[in-house]
Amino acid sequence: MRSYLVLRVVAKLLIPFMLLFALYVQFHGDFGPGGGFQAGVIGAAAIVFYALIFGLPAAKQLAPEWIVETMVAAGVLLYAGVGVAGILLGGNYLDYFVLDHDPVHGQHRGIFWVEAGVAITVSGVMLKIFYMFAGRRRDADEG
Amino acid sequence: MSAGAVGGHYAYWVTVFLMVAGLYIVVARGNLVKKLIGLSIFQTSVYLLYIGPGKLIGGTAPIVAEGFRVYSNPLPHVLILTAIVVGVATLALGLALVVRIREAYGTIEEDEILDRDREPRGGE
Amino acid sequence: MMAVVTVGIIVQRNLFSVVVLAGVYSFLMATVLVGLDAVDVAMTEASVGAGISTVLLLAALALVGGEEARPLIRPWLPLVLALVVVGALVYGTLGLPAFSDPSAPIHTHVVPRYLNEGLKETGVPNIVTAVLASYRGYDTLGETAVVFTAGAGVIALLRRVRRKD
Repeated sequence: MRSYLVLRVVAKLLIPFMLLFALYVQFHGDFGPGGGFQAGVIGAAAIVFYALIFGLPAAKQLAPEWIVETMVAAGVLLYAGVGVAGILLGGNYLDYFVLDHDPVHGQHRGIFWVEAGVAITVSGVMLKIFYMFAGRRRDADEG
Repeated sequence: MSAGAVGGHYAYWVTVFLMVAGLYIVVARGNLVKKLIGLSIFQTSVYLLYIGPGKLIGGTAPIVAEGFRVYSNPLPHVLILTAIVVGVATLALGLALVVRIREAYGTIEEDEILDRDREPRGGE
Repeated sequence: MMAVVTVGIIVQRNLFSVVVLAGVYSFLMATVLVGLDAVDVAMTEASVGAGISTVLLLAALALVGGEEARPLIRPWLPLVLALVVVGALVYGTLGLPAFSDPSAPIHTHVVPRYLNEGLKETGVPNIVTAVLASYRGYDTLGETAVVFTAGAGVIALLRRVRRKD
């Protein structure tokens, strides 16, 4: 039982850093390696780590099922929405340069929202898949 | 073969070895989970196949910064980033199928599953 | 070293050790990718391959059982087939450009435009992000849709329907 204490302490130290690192990778993806996918996976990994140490019900209290399921679809919707915004503001689908007064600022905005959409979907899907696998009990007679 | 040809193509040979090893696992092993792992090894060898030729010796990562003039090719990086994420999506779906197969057949060995399918449907 | 790990994966029958070896393989692949200057790809491969893949494989193993049966037939035919394929592929790769050849076609068509104009047109120094999110934004939309589909597929396969009987 003493070894569980070590795991819990280490987890409590590491998980905030993992979440912060996920946010850092997401927003710093323009200037260094990173971007939406990596950030989404690292964020999901932090919650998975929490679930491994403190149990699946605790993790489901932290990130409820309905929020995760919504995230799965919301990211794709956000990405497609950026494209539609391009059409509404006068350009073609997924044109970024019409999104702001200045083409380069428009690119910045477009890339920001697109990467956010990708990160939301990826973290939602990874977490949801983990919930599905971990929540399934191994009975031989349930089918 | 001259030494230049050997040195210049070593990266491809590593790729070929990994590719064929992954393919061998998929073909020659009957356990479904091992087949999935072999498939992912095959996919990672394809990543090497794409990214290897993009590297320029003396270049740096494709992030524009002061003082660097030669960059490695960013285009394969983009394609392979997509490929990695699609690969893990495939792995997740494959594992979900394996879990369901286990619950339906009681085993994940390929030959046992085929035997069970060939049995006449008596008392199921 | 990756060849050693791969041979270990082929030969090992305890699936738990196979999964751990697969995680080691992913880390080695990420290191090789850093050596090839592919830092974005290395980060993705390390987090996805050695992180999420390993977790999913372990979760599946917990549901499925962890030992591979002894193969019943000696796999001579697949081994011969594998060697033949190796020969054919090596012969094919002899025609490819040598490693780090600046005049290879991969470096000459559209990439100089990305490298030279990327910072000016998008304002983003990381050219990989610029190409991924801006120049090739459609591909990334498709990829996000693929991830969404995988999530939906897993939900459809593993959801327990409450039977009313």
